[in-house]
Amino acid sequence: MKEIRIHGRGGMGAVKAAEALVYAAVMDDKYGNSIPFFGFERQGAPVTAFVRISDEPIRPKNRIYHPDILIVLDPTIMNAVNVFDGVRKGGMLILNTSHSAKEIKVPDNIEKIAVVNATQVAMDTIGRPITNTVMLGAFCAATGLVSVEEVAKKVEELWGTKNKEALYKGYEMAVVEEIDWGGAK
Amino acid sequence: MQRLDVLNGNMAAAVGAALARPDVIAAYPITPQTPIVEYLTQFAADGKIDAAMSEVESELSAMSVVSGASLAGSRTFTATASQGLALMYEPYFRASTLRLPIVMAVVNREMISPQSVWGGQQDSMSVRDAGWIQIYAKDNQEILDLVIQAFKIAEDKRVLLPVNICFDGFYLSHMTERVMIPEQEKVDKFLGKYNAEHLILDPRRPMAVDPLTNGGLLMEYRYKHMKAQQAALDVMDEVDQEYGELFARSYGGAIEEYRMEDAEYALITTGSMSGAAKDMVDTKREEGIKVGLIRMRMIRPFPGKRLQKALKNVRAFGVVDKNVSFGCDTGIVYQEVKAAMYGGNTVPSVPVIGGLGGEDISLEMMGKIIDAIVQAASEQKNSETIWLMVEEG
Repeated sequence: MKEIRIHGRGGMGAVKAAEALVYAAVMDDKYGNSIPFFGFERQGAPVTAFVRISDEPIRPKNRIYHPDILIVLDPTIMNAVNVFDGVRKGGMLILNTSHSAKEIKVPDNIEKIAVVNATQVAMDTIGRPITNTVMLGAFCAATGLVSVEEVAKKVEELWGTKNKEALYKGYEMAVVEEIDWGGAK
Repeated sequence: MQRLDVLNGNMAAAVGAALARPDVIAAYPITPQTPIVEYLTQFAADGKIDAAMSEVESELSAMSVVSGASLAGSRTFTATASQGLALMYEPYFRASTLRLPIVMAVVNREMISPQSVWGGQQDSMSVRDAGWIQIYAKDNQEILDLVIQAFKIAEDKRVLLPVNICFDGFYLSHMTERVMIPEQEKVDKFLGKYNAEHLILDPRRPMAVDPLTNGGLLMEYRYKHMKAQQAALDVMDEVDQEYGELFARSYGGAIEEYRMEDAEYALITTGSMSGAAKDMVDTKREEGIKVGLIRMRMIRPFPGKRLQKALKNVRAFGVVDKNVSFGCDTGIVYQEVKAAMYGGNTVPSVPVIGGLGGEDISLEMMGKIIDAIVQAASEQKNSETIWLMVEEG
Protein backbone atom coordinates (compact mmCIF):
# COMPACT_ATOMS: atom_id res chain seq x y z
CA MET A 1 0.00 0.00 0.00
CA LYS A 2 1.18 3.50 -0.84
CA GLU A 3 0.07 6.43 1.28
CA ILE A 4 -0.11 9.85 -0.33
CA ARG A 5 -0.65 13.28 1.19
CA ILE A 6 -1.76 16.19 -0.97
CA HIS A 7 -1.09 19.75 0.19
CA GLY A 8 -2.95 22.63 -1.37
CA ARG A 9 -5.03 25.65 -0.55
CA GLY A 10 -8.81 25.92 -0.39
CA GLY A 11 -10.13 26.27 -3.94
CA MET A 12 -7.22 24.46 -5.61
CA GLY A 13 -9.05 21.17 -5.82
CA ALA A 14 -6.83 19.06 -3.55
CA VAL A 15 -9.81 17.01 -2.37
CA LYS A 16 -11.17 16.42 -5.86
CA ALA A 17 -7.68 15.51 -7.08
CA ALA A 18 -7.52 12.88 -4.33
CA GLU A 19 -10.87 11.48 -5.46
CA ALA A 20 -9.70 11.34 -9.08
CA LEU A 21 -6.68 9.27 -8.00
CA VAL A 22 -8.91 6.82 -6.14
CA TYR A 23 -11.20 6.59 -9.16
CA ALA A 24 -8.24 5.77 -11.41
CA ALA A 25 -6.85 3.21 -8.96
CA VAL A 26 -10.19 1.40 -8.74
CA MET A 27 -10.70 1.44 -12.51
CA ASP A 28 -7.17 0.01 -12.79
CA ASP A 29 -8.55 -2.86 -10.67
CA LYS A 30 -6.79 -1.75 -7.51
CA TYR A 31 -8.19 -0.38 -4.27
CA GLY A 32 -8.05 3.13 -2.92
CA ASN A 33 -9.54 5.55 -0.48
CA SER A 34 -9.29 9.29 -0.04
CA ILE A 35 -10.15 11.41 2.95
CA PRO A 36 -10.03 15.18 3.15
CA PHE A 37 -8.45 16.65 6.25
CA PHE A 38 -11.34 18.11 8.10
CA GLY A 39 -10.34 21.71 8.55
CA PHE A 40 -12.26 24.92 8.13
CA GLU A 41 -13.24 25.10 4.49
CA ARG A 42 -12.39 28.50 3.10
CA GLN A 43 -10.64 29.75 0.01
CA GLY A 44 -6.88 30.09 0.38
CA ALA A 45 -6.54 28.21 3.66
CA PRO A 46 -4.11 25.27 3.73
CA VAL A 47 -5.95 22.06 2.79
CA THR A 48 -4.73 18.49 3.12
CA ALA A 49 -6.14 15.38 1.49
CA PHE A 50 -5.08 11.78 2.05
CA VAL A 51 -5.02 8.97 -0.51
CA ARG A 52 -4.27 5.28 -0.13
CA ILE A 53 -3.65 3.04 -3.13
CA SER A 54 -3.20 -0.71 -2.81
CA ASP A 55 -3.57 -4.01 -4.65
CA GLU A 56 -5.53 -5.33 -1.65
CA PRO A 57 -8.72 -4.03 0.02
CA ILE A 58 -7.92 -1.17 2.40
CA ARG A 59 -9.46 -1.33 5.85
CA PRO A 60 -8.24 1.79 7.72
CA LYS A 61 -10.27 4.96 7.20
CA ASN A 62 -7.83 7.12 9.10
CA ARG A 63 -5.75 10.14 8.39
CA ILE A 64 -2.28 9.43 7.02
CA TYR A 65 0.62 10.16 9.39
CA HIS A 66 3.52 8.59 7.48
CA PRO A 67 3.07 9.26 3.77
CA ASP A 68 5.22 7.62 1.10
CA ILE A 69 4.44 10.34 -1.41
CA LEU A 70 3.79 14.08 -1.04
CA ILE A 71 2.03 16.16 -3.66
CA VAL A 72 2.42 19.92 -3.18
CA LEU A 73 0.03 21.91 -5.37
CA ASP A 74 1.32 25.32 -4.30
CA PRO A 75 4.97 25.91 -3.38
CA THR A 76 4.11 28.77 -0.98
CA ILE A 77 2.32 26.27 1.25
CA MET A 78 5.78 25.09 2.31
CA ASN A 79 6.20 28.38 4.19
CA ALA A 80 2.98 27.76 6.10
CA VAL A 81 3.06 24.04 6.96
CA ASN A 82 5.77 21.41 7.28
CA VAL A 83 4.81 19.29 4.30
CA PHE A 84 7.54 16.76 5.19
CA ASP A 85 6.03 15.94 8.58
CA GLY A 86 6.13 12.18 9.15
CA VAL A 87 7.25 11.30 5.62
CA ARG A 88 8.66 7.79 5.27
CA LYS A 89 12.22 6.97 4.35
CA GLY A 90 12.49 6.46 0.61
CA GLY A 91 9.74 9.02 0.17
CA MET A 92 8.88 11.03 -2.89
CA LEU A 93 8.04 14.72 -3.33
CA ILE A 94 5.98 15.87 -6.29
CA LEU A 95 6.20 19.63 -6.34
CA ASN A 96 4.76 22.50 -8.31
CA THR A 97 7.73 24.82 -8.77
CA SER A 98 9.54 26.94 -11.33
CA HIS A 99 12.85 25.63 -9.94
CA SER A 100 14.72 22.49 -10.91
CA ALA A 101 14.70 19.44 -8.66
CA LYS A 102 18.34 20.08 -7.64
CA GLU A 103 17.43 23.50 -6.25
CA ILE A 104 14.82 22.08 -3.85
CA LYS A 105 15.90 21.53 -0.24
CA VAL A 106 14.40 18.38 1.19
CA PRO A 107 15.04 16.20 4.24
CA ASP A 108 16.97 12.98 3.62
CA ASN A 109 13.84 10.83 3.90
CA ILE A 110 13.00 12.10 0.42
CA GLU A 111 14.81 10.07 -2.21
CA LYS A 112 12.93 11.08 -5.32
CA ILE A 113 11.67 14.45 -6.52
CA ALA A 114 9.37 15.25 -9.41
CA VAL A 115 8.96 18.88 -10.43
CA VAL A 116 6.75 20.67 -12.90
CA ASN A 117 5.89 24.34 -13.24
CA ALA A 118 2.23 23.57 -12.75
CA THR A 119 1.15 27.18 -12.20
CA GLN A 120 2.57 28.12 -15.61
CA VAL A 121 1.02 25.08 -17.31
CA ALA A 122 -2.33 25.80 -15.67
CA MET A 123 -2.23 29.44 -16.80
CA ASP A 124 -1.36 28.35 -20.35
CA THR A 125 -4.04 25.68 -20.62
CA ILE A 126 -6.88 26.58 -18.23
CA GLY A 127 -6.14 30.28 -17.86
CA ARG A 128 -6.32 30.07 -14.05
CA PRO A 129 -3.67 29.07 -11.49
CA ILE A 130 -5.58 25.89 -10.50
CA THR A 131 -2.80 23.32 -10.46
CA ASN A 132 -4.45 20.10 -9.32
CA THR A 133 -4.87 18.45 -12.72
CA VAL A 134 -1.33 19.31 -13.86
CA MET A 135 0.01 17.79 -10.64
CA LEU A 136 -2.09 14.65 -11.15
CA GLY A 137 -0.31 14.24 -14.47
CA ALA A 138 3.07 14.65 -12.78
CA PHE A 139 2.00 12.08 -10.17
CA CYS A 140 1.12 9.52 -12.85
CA ALA A 141 4.44 10.08 -14.61
CA ALA A 142 6.53 9.96 -11.45
CA THR A 143 4.90 6.99 -9.69
CA GLY A 144 3.16 4.83 -12.30
CA LEU A 145 0.70 3.93 -9.52
CA VAL A 146 -2.36 4.75 -11.59
CA SER A 147 -2.88 5.06 -15.33
CA VAL A 148 -3.08 8.59 -16.67
CA GLU A 149 -5.88 7.49 -19.03
CA GLU A 150 -8.20 6.62 -16.11
CA VAL A 151 -7.33 9.88 -14.33
CA ALA A 152 -8.07 11.68 -17.59
CA LYS A 153 -11.60 10.20 -17.71
CA LYS A 154 -12.40 11.57 -14.25
CA VAL A 155 -10.71 14.90 -14.91
CA GLU A 156 -12.69 15.39 -18.10
CA GLU A 157 -15.93 14.45 -16.35
CA LEU A 158 -15.27 16.86 -13.47
CA TRP A 159 -13.66 19.81 -15.22
CA GLY A 160 -13.74 19.37 -19.00
CA THR A 161 -11.24 19.09 -21.85
CA LYS A 162 -8.89 21.96 -20.94
CA ASN A 163 -8.12 20.30 -17.64
CA LYS A 164 -7.57 17.02 -19.43
CA GLU A 165 -5.05 18.83 -21.59
CA ALA A 166 -3.42 20.25 -18.44
CA LEU A 167 -3.22 16.73 -16.99
CA TYR A 168 -1.37 15.39 -20.02
CA LYS A 169 0.94 18.44 -20.07
CA GLY A 170 1.84 17.71 -16.45
CA TYR A 171 2.38 14.06 -17.37
CA GLU A 172 4.77 14.96 -20.19
CA MET A 173 6.59 17.86 -18.55
CA ALA A 174 7.29 16.39 -15.11
CA VAL A 175 11.02 16.00 -14.46
CA VAL A 176 11.83 13.18 -12.09
CA GLU A 177 15.16 12.92 -10.29
CA GLU A 178 16.51 10.42 -7.79
CA ILE A 179 18.49 11.89 -4.95
CA ASP A 180 21.74 10.18 -4.12
CA TRP A 181 22.42 10.88 -0.46
CA GLY A 182 25.72 9.04 -0.91
CA GLY A 183 25.20 6.73 2.03
CA ALA A 184 26.59 9.50 4.25
CA LYS A 185 23.73 9.32 6.71
CA MET B 1 -23.83 -7.26 -13.50
CA GLN B 2 -23.20 -5.02 -10.55
CA ARG B 3 -21.56 -1.75 -11.48
CA LEU B 4 -18.17 -0.77 -10.09
CA ASP B 5 -17.93 2.85 -8.99
CA VAL B 6 -16.08 5.13 -6.60
CA LEU B 7 -18.36 6.86 -4.12
CA ASN B 8 -18.18 8.82 -0.93
CA GLY B 9 -20.33 7.65 1.98
CA ASN B 10 -23.04 10.22 1.36
CA MET B 11 -23.38 9.16 -2.28
CA ALA B 12 -23.38 5.50 -1.23
CA ALA B 13 -26.35 6.22 1.06
CA ALA B 14 -28.12 8.20 -1.65
CA VAL B 15 -27.61 5.47 -4.27
CA GLY B 16 -28.84 2.83 -1.82
CA ALA B 17 -31.93 4.89 -1.08
CA ALA B 18 -32.58 5.48 -4.79
CA LEU B 19 -32.35 1.75 -5.53
CA ALA B 20 -35.03 1.11 -2.88
CA ARG B 21 -37.43 3.35 -4.86
CA PRO B 22 -38.91 5.40 -2.02
CA ASP B 23 -42.23 7.11 -2.73
CA VAL B 24 -41.51 10.13 -0.53
CA ILE B 25 -38.27 11.78 0.60
CA ALA B 26 -38.35 14.79 2.91
CA ALA B 27 -35.36 16.68 4.20
CA TYR B 28 -34.08 19.99 5.42
CA PRO B 29 -31.00 20.77 3.34
CA ILE B 30 -28.97 23.06 5.64
CA THR B 31 -25.94 22.12 7.84
CA PRO B 32 -25.64 19.75 9.65
CA GLN B 33 -27.44 17.97 6.80
CA THR B 34 -25.04 16.26 4.42
CA PRO B 35 -25.09 16.08 0.60
CA ILE B 36 -27.19 12.87 0.74
CA VAL B 37 -30.40 14.77 0.13
CA GLU B 38 -28.76 17.03 -2.46
CA TYR B 39 -27.80 13.92 -4.43
CA LEU B 40 -31.32 12.52 -4.11
CA THR B 41 -32.84 15.83 -5.19
CA GLN B 42 -30.56 15.75 -8.22
CA PHE B 43 -31.63 12.17 -9.03
CA ALA B 44 -35.27 13.28 -8.85
CA ALA B 45 -34.61 16.36 -11.01
CA ASP B 46 -32.86 14.17 -13.59
CA GLY B 47 -35.78 11.76 -13.61
CA LYS B 48 -33.68 8.89 -12.26
CA ILE B 49 -36.05 8.35 -9.33
CA ASP B 50 -39.72 9.13 -9.12
CA ALA B 51 -39.93 9.90 -5.42
CA ALA B 52 -41.87 12.96 -4.30
CA MET B 53 -39.22 15.28 -2.84
CA SER B 54 -40.32 17.51 -0.02
CA GLU B 55 -37.93 20.25 0.98
CA VAL B 56 -39.10 21.38 4.37
CA GLU B 57 -38.17 24.18 6.75
CA SER B 58 -36.71 22.10 9.59
CA GLU B 59 -35.85 18.56 10.62
CA LEU B 60 -38.92 18.50 12.83
CA SER B 61 -40.96 18.94 9.66
CA ALA B 62 -38.85 16.43 7.71
CA MET B 63 -39.63 13.65 10.17
CA SER B 64 -43.28 14.76 10.35
CA VAL B 65 -43.63 14.64 6.56
CA VAL B 66 -42.13 11.17 6.20
CA SER B 67 -44.27 10.00 9.13
CA GLY B 68 -47.41 11.24 7.42
CA ALA B 69 -46.34 9.71 4.13
CA SER B 70 -45.56 6.41 5.82
CA LEU B 71 -48.96 6.48 7.52
CA ALA B 72 -50.50 6.86 4.07
CA GLY B 73 -48.70 3.70 2.95
CA SER B 74 -45.60 5.14 1.27
CA ARG B 75 -42.05 3.88 1.41
CA THR B 76 -40.10 6.80 2.83
CA PHE B 77 -36.51 7.91 3.31
CA THR B 78 -34.75 10.83 4.92
CA ALA B 79 -31.33 11.70 6.29
CA THR B 80 -30.02 13.87 9.06
CA ALA B 81 -27.12 14.45 11.45
CA SER B 82 -26.34 15.81 14.93
CA GLN B 83 -28.42 18.94 15.72
CA GLY B 84 -30.85 17.95 12.98
CA LEU B 85 -31.56 14.68 14.73
CA ALA B 86 -31.90 16.53 18.02
CA LEU B 87 -34.49 18.87 16.54
CA MET B 88 -36.36 15.81 15.23
CA TYR B 89 -36.71 14.18 18.61
CA GLU B 90 -40.46 14.61 19.12
CA PRO B 91 -41.60 13.12 15.79
CA TYR B 92 -38.62 10.71 15.93
CA PHE B 93 -40.14 9.05 18.98
CA ARG B 94 -43.60 9.07 17.44
CA ALA B 95 -42.37 7.40 14.25
CA SER B 96 -41.21 4.36 16.18
CA THR B 97 -44.17 4.15 18.56
CA LEU B 98 -46.51 4.38 15.57
CA ARG B 99 -44.50 1.47 14.08
CA LEU B 100 -43.72 3.31 10.84
CA PRO B 101 -41.06 1.57 8.71
CA ILE B 102 -39.18 4.76 7.78
CA VAL B 103 -35.51 4.49 6.85
CA MET B 104 -33.26 7.36 7.87
CA ALA B 105 -29.54 7.69 7.37
CA VAL B 106 -27.79 9.38 10.29
CA VAL B 107 -24.39 10.80 9.48
CA ASN B 108 -22.77 10.79 12.89
CA ARG B 109 -21.56 14.31 13.66
CA GLU B 110 -20.62 15.80 16.98
CA MET B 111 -23.17 17.55 19.16
CA ILE B 112 -22.59 21.12 20.30
CA SER B 113 -21.36 22.92 22.39
CA PRO B 114 -18.81 24.03 21.39
CA GLN B 115 -19.66 24.32 17.70
CA SER B 116 -18.38 21.37 15.69
CA VAL B 117 -19.40 19.97 12.35
CA TRP B 118 -17.03 16.99 12.54
CA GLY B 119 -17.56 13.37 13.47
CA GLY B 120 -18.77 11.73 16.66
CA GLN B 121 -21.53 9.27 17.56
CA GLN B 122 -23.15 11.29 20.35
CA ASP B 123 -26.14 12.18 18.17
CA SER B 124 -27.62 8.77 17.39
CA MET B 125 -26.28 7.03 20.50
CA SER B 126 -28.09 9.57 22.68
CA VAL B 127 -31.47 8.60 21.17
CA ARG B 128 -30.94 4.84 21.26
CA ASP B 129 -33.95 4.41 23.57
CA ALA B 130 -36.44 6.13 21.27
CA GLY B 131 -37.57 2.84 19.77
CA TRP B 132 -35.79 2.87 16.39
CA ILE B 133 -33.54 0.13 15.12
CA GLN B 134 -29.99 1.45 14.85
CA ILE B 135 -27.34 -0.15 12.63
CA TYR B 136 -23.80 1.21 12.19
CA ALA B 137 -21.75 0.81 8.99
CA LYS B 138 -17.98 0.47 8.70
CA ASP B 139 -17.39 1.42 5.06
CA ASN B 140 -19.16 2.84 2.03
CA GLN B 141 -20.12 -0.51 0.54
CA GLU B 142 -21.81 -1.45 3.77
CA ILE B 143 -23.63 1.91 3.87
CA LEU B 144 -25.14 1.26 0.44
CA ASP B 145 -26.02 -2.35 1.21
CA LEU B 146 -27.47 -1.50 4.63
CA VAL B 147 -29.73 1.27 3.33
CA ILE B 148 -31.32 -1.27 0.97
CA GLN B 149 -31.50 -3.95 3.67
CA ALA B 150 -32.97 -1.45 6.14
CA PHE B 151 -36.21 -1.26 4.14
CA LYS B 152 -36.50 -5.04 4.18
CA ILE B 153 -35.98 -5.18 7.95
CA ALA B 154 -38.23 -2.18 8.68
CA GLU B 155 -41.11 -3.46 6.56
CA ASP B 156 -40.97 -7.05 7.81
CA LYS B 157 -44.31 -7.80 9.52
CA ARG B 158 -42.44 -9.20 12.53
CA VAL B 159 -40.65 -5.88 12.96
CA LEU B 160 -42.51 -2.86 11.51
CA LEU B 161 -40.14 -0.34 12.99
CA PRO B 162 -38.15 2.58 11.62
CA VAL B 163 -34.45 2.00 11.00
CA ASN B 164 -31.43 4.28 11.27
CA ILE B 165 -28.39 3.49 9.18
CA CYS B 166 -25.63 5.36 11.00
CA PHE B 167 -22.17 6.14 9.66
CA ASP B 168 -19.28 8.30 10.75
CA GLY B 169 -19.22 11.89 9.62
CA PHE B 170 -16.25 12.66 7.32
CA TYR B 171 -14.35 9.40 7.92
CA LEU B 172 -17.09 7.71 5.87
CA SER B 173 -19.43 10.47 4.69
CA HIS B 174 -16.62 12.34 2.89
CA MET B 175 -14.31 9.38 2.30
CA THR B 176 -14.16 8.06 -1.25
CA GLU B 177 -13.67 4.38 -2.08
CA ARG B 178 -14.60 1.47 -4.30
CA VAL B 179 -18.28 0.46 -4.19
CA MET B 180 -20.24 -2.13 -6.14
CA ILE B 181 -23.73 -0.96 -7.09
CA PRO B 182 -26.39 -3.69 -7.27
CA GLU B 183 -28.67 -4.14 -10.25
CA GLN B 184 -31.99 -2.31 -9.98
CA GLU B 185 -34.05 -5.35 -11.08
CA LYS B 186 -32.51 -7.51 -8.40
CA VAL B 187 -33.07 -4.88 -5.72
CA ASP B 188 -36.69 -4.61 -6.88
CA LYS B 189 -37.06 -8.35 -6.51
CA PHE B 190 -35.30 -8.36 -3.12
CA LEU B 191 -37.44 -5.59 -1.62
CA GLY B 192 -40.77 -5.91 -3.39
CA LYS B 193 -43.33 -3.18 -2.82
CA TYR B 194 -44.19 -1.85 0.61
CA ASN B 195 -47.69 -2.96 1.48
CA ALA B 196 -48.93 -1.22 4.64
CA GLU B 197 -51.63 -3.14 6.45
CA HIS B 198 -51.46 -2.01 10.05
CA LEU B 199 -52.06 1.72 9.66
CA ILE B 200 -53.27 3.54 6.58
CA LEU B 201 -54.44 7.12 6.34
CA ASP B 202 -57.12 6.75 3.70
CA PRO B 203 -60.16 9.06 3.48
CA ARG B 204 -62.21 6.16 2.12
CA ARG B 205 -61.47 4.13 5.23
CA PRO B 206 -61.41 6.58 8.14
CA MET B 207 -59.24 5.50 11.02
CA ALA B 208 -58.27 7.27 14.25
CA VAL B 209 -54.52 7.39 14.75
CA ASP B 210 -53.02 8.26 18.12
CA PRO B 211 -56.21 8.62 20.18
CA LEU B 212 -55.84 9.36 23.89
CA THR B 213 -54.84 5.96 25.26
CA ASN B 214 -54.91 4.61 28.80
CA GLY B 215 -51.86 3.18 30.54
CA GLY B 216 -52.91 -0.45 30.29
CA LEU B 217 -53.20 -0.33 26.53
CA LEU B 218 -50.07 1.82 26.21
CA MET B 219 -48.11 -0.76 28.15
CA GLU B 220 -49.29 -3.40 25.73
CA TYR B 221 -48.03 -1.24 22.87
CA ARG B 222 -44.64 -0.89 24.54
CA TYR B 223 -44.47 -4.62 25.26
CA LYS B 224 -45.13 -5.46 21.62
CA HIS B 225 -42.71 -2.79 20.44
CA MET B 226 -39.99 -4.35 22.62
CA LYS B 227 -40.77 -7.81 21.20
CA ALA B 228 -40.60 -6.42 17.67
CA GLN B 229 -37.19 -4.95 18.47
CA GLN B 230 -35.96 -8.36 19.60
CA ALA B 231 -37.43 -10.00 16.49
CA ALA B 232 -35.26 -7.68 14.39
CA LEU B 233 -32.13 -9.60 15.49
CA ASP B 234 -33.18 -12.73 13.61
CA VAL B 235 -34.81 -10.81 10.78
CA MET B 236 -31.51 -9.03 10.17
CA ASP B 237 -29.76 -12.41 9.92
CA GLU B 238 -32.29 -13.61 7.36
CA VAL B 239 -32.02 -10.39 5.37
CA ASP B 240 -28.23 -10.54 5.48
CA GLN B 241 -28.29 -14.11 4.19
CA GLU B 242 -30.77 -13.44 1.41
CA TYR B 243 -28.85 -10.34 0.36
CA GLY B 244 -25.63 -12.33 0.39
CA GLU B 245 -27.13 -14.94 -1.93
CA LEU B 246 -28.32 -12.27 -4.36
CA PHE B 247 -25.40 -9.85 -4.25
CA ALA B 248 -22.47 -11.89 -2.88
CA ARG B 249 -21.98 -9.62 0.13
CA SER B 250 -22.78 -10.80 3.61
CA TYR B 251 -21.90 -9.03 6.84
CA GLY B 252 -22.90 -11.38 9.62
CA GLY B 253 -25.92 -9.94 11.40
CA ALA B 254 -26.00 -7.89 14.60
CA ILE B 255 -22.33 -8.32 15.45
CA GLU B 256 -19.33 -8.99 13.24
CA GLU B 257 -16.66 -11.20 14.79
CA TYR B 258 -13.07 -11.04 13.55
CA ARG B 259 -10.46 -13.57 14.76
CA MET B 260 -12.58 -14.32 17.84
CA GLU B 261 -12.49 -18.15 17.57
CA ASP B 262 -9.55 -18.56 19.94
CA ALA B 263 -9.33 -15.00 21.26
CA GLU B 264 -8.23 -14.36 24.84
CA TYR B 265 -8.83 -10.64 24.51
CA ALA B 266 -11.58 -8.74 22.69
CA LEU B 267 -11.65 -5.26 21.26
CA ILE B 268 -15.18 -3.94 20.72
CA THR B 269 -15.85 -1.16 18.20
CA THR B 270 -18.56 0.45 16.07
CA GLY B 271 -18.32 2.05 12.66
CA SER B 272 -15.33 3.21 10.65
CA MET B 273 -12.76 2.78 13.44
CA SER B 274 -13.14 -0.98 12.97
CA GLY B 275 -10.87 -1.01 9.91
CA ALA B 276 -7.85 0.28 11.80
CA ALA B 277 -8.81 -2.00 14.69
CA LYS B 278 -8.70 -5.09 12.44
CA ASP B 279 -5.29 -4.13 11.10
CA MET B 280 -4.00 -3.72 14.66
CA VAL B 281 -5.56 -7.05 15.71
CA ASP B 282 -3.52 -8.67 12.92
CA THR B 283 -0.35 -6.88 14.07
CA LYS B 284 -0.85 -7.94 17.70
CA ARG B 285 -1.58 -11.52 16.61
CA GLU B 286 1.81 -11.54 14.89
CA GLU B 287 3.30 -10.54 18.24
CA GLY B 288 1.60 -13.56 19.81
CA ILE B 289 -1.26 -11.74 21.53
CA LYS B 290 -4.49 -13.64 20.97
CA VAL B 291 -6.82 -10.71 20.40
CA GLY B 292 -10.00 -10.56 18.36
CA LEU B 293 -12.49 -7.91 17.36
CA ILE B 294 -16.23 -7.58 17.78
CA ARG B 295 -17.84 -4.89 15.70
CA MET B 296 -21.24 -3.78 16.94
CA ARG B 297 -23.42 -3.46 13.86
CA MET B 298 -26.69 -3.23 15.79
CA ILE B 299 -26.95 -0.99 18.82
CA ARG B 300 -30.75 -1.30 18.84
CA PRO B 301 -31.88 -3.96 19.39
CA PHE B 302 -28.82 -4.57 21.52
CA PRO B 303 -27.49 -8.07 20.78
CA GLY B 304 -26.67 -8.85 24.42
CA LYS B 305 -26.97 -12.66 24.24
CA ARG B 306 -24.81 -12.82 21.14
CA LEU B 307 -22.18 -10.71 22.87
CA GLN B 308 -22.23 -12.97 25.93
CA LYS B 309 -21.63 -15.93 23.66
CA ALA B 310 -18.87 -14.25 21.67
CA LEU B 311 -17.10 -13.12 24.84
CA LYS B 312 -17.55 -16.30 26.88
CA ASN B 313 -13.89 -17.34 26.74
CA VAL B 314 -12.04 -14.03 26.83
CA ARG B 315 -9.90 -12.89 29.75
CA ALA B 316 -10.71 -9.20 29.26
CA PHE B 317 -12.35 -6.86 26.78
CA GLY B 318 -12.26 -3.18 25.89
CA VAL B 319 -14.91 -0.99 24.30
CA VAL B 320 -14.08 2.06 22.20
CA ASP B 321 -16.77 4.73 22.25
CA LYS B 322 -17.01 7.81 20.03
CA ASN B 323 -19.43 9.32 22.52
CA VAL B 324 -19.79 9.92 26.23
CA SER B 325 -22.34 8.77 28.76
CA PHE B 326 -22.46 11.84 30.97
CA GLY B 327 -22.62 10.85 34.61
CA CYS B 328 -21.25 7.36 34.00
CA ASP B 329 -17.68 8.43 33.25
CA THR B 330 -17.55 6.04 30.28
CA GLY B 331 -18.95 5.82 26.78
CA ILE B 332 -22.44 4.55 26.01
CA VAL B 333 -21.58 1.28 24.25
CA TYR B 334 -19.32 0.31 27.16
CA GLN B 335 -22.29 0.67 29.54
CA GLU B 336 -24.43 -1.48 27.26
CA VAL B 337 -21.81 -4.19 26.84
CA LYS B 338 -21.16 -4.34 30.57
CA ALA B 339 -24.87 -4.66 31.32
CA ALA B 340 -25.13 -7.45 28.74
CA MET B 341 -22.23 -9.32 30.36
CA TYR B 342 -23.90 -9.44 33.77
CA GLY B 343 -24.54 -13.11 34.39
CA GLY B 344 -22.05 -14.02 31.69
CA ASN B 345 -18.29 -14.07 31.62
CA THR B 346 -17.60 -11.20 34.03
CA VAL B 347 -13.99 -10.39 33.27
CA PRO B 348 -12.04 -7.13 33.60
CA SER B 349 -12.87 -4.51 31.03
CA VAL B 350 -11.46 -1.30 29.60
CA PRO B 351 -13.69 1.67 28.72
CA VAL B 352 -12.20 3.92 26.05
CA ILE B 353 -13.41 7.29 24.74
CA GLY B 354 -11.98 8.78 21.56
CA GLY B 355 -12.78 10.25 18.19
CA LEU B 356 -14.95 13.06 19.53
CA GLY B 357 -15.35 16.15 17.35
CA GLY B 358 -13.71 14.46 14.39
CA GLU B 359 -10.53 13.32 16.15
CA ASP B 360 -8.91 10.33 14.53
CA ILE B 361 -8.57 6.97 16.27
CA SER B 362 -5.26 5.88 14.80
CA LEU B 363 -3.69 2.44 14.48
CA GLU B 364 -1.23 3.39 17.21
CA MET B 365 -4.11 4.22 19.53
CA MET B 366 -5.74 0.87 18.75
CA GLY B 367 -2.45 -0.79 19.69
CA LYS B 368 -2.38 0.99 23.04
CA ILE B 369 -5.97 -0.01 23.72
CA ILE B 370 -5.14 -3.68 23.09
CA ASP B 371 -2.15 -3.35 25.44
CA ALA B 372 -4.48 -1.92 28.11
CA ILE B 373 -6.88 -4.87 27.67
CA VAL B 374 -4.02 -7.33 28.14
CA GLN B 375 -2.92 -5.41 31.22
CA ALA B 376 -6.45 -5.41 32.69
CA ALA B 377 -6.52 -9.20 32.32
CA SER B 378 -3.15 -9.67 34.00
CA GLU B 379 -4.01 -7.30 36.87
CA GLN B 380 -7.50 -8.75 37.17
CA LYS B 381 -9.14 -5.36 37.49
CA ASN B 382 -11.21 -2.94 35.45
CA SER B 383 -9.35 -0.06 33.89
CA GLU B 384 -10.21 3.58 34.45
CA THR B 385 -11.68 5.19 31.33
CA ILE B 386 -8.93 5.82 28.80
CA TRP B 387 -9.29 9.08 26.87
CA LEU B 388 -7.58 9.01 23.50
CA MET B 389 -6.06 12.45 23.50
CA VAL B 390 -3.44 13.47 20.96
CA GLU B 391 -0.30 14.35 22.87
CA GLU B 392 0.71 17.89 22.01
CA GLY B 393 4.36 18.11 20.94
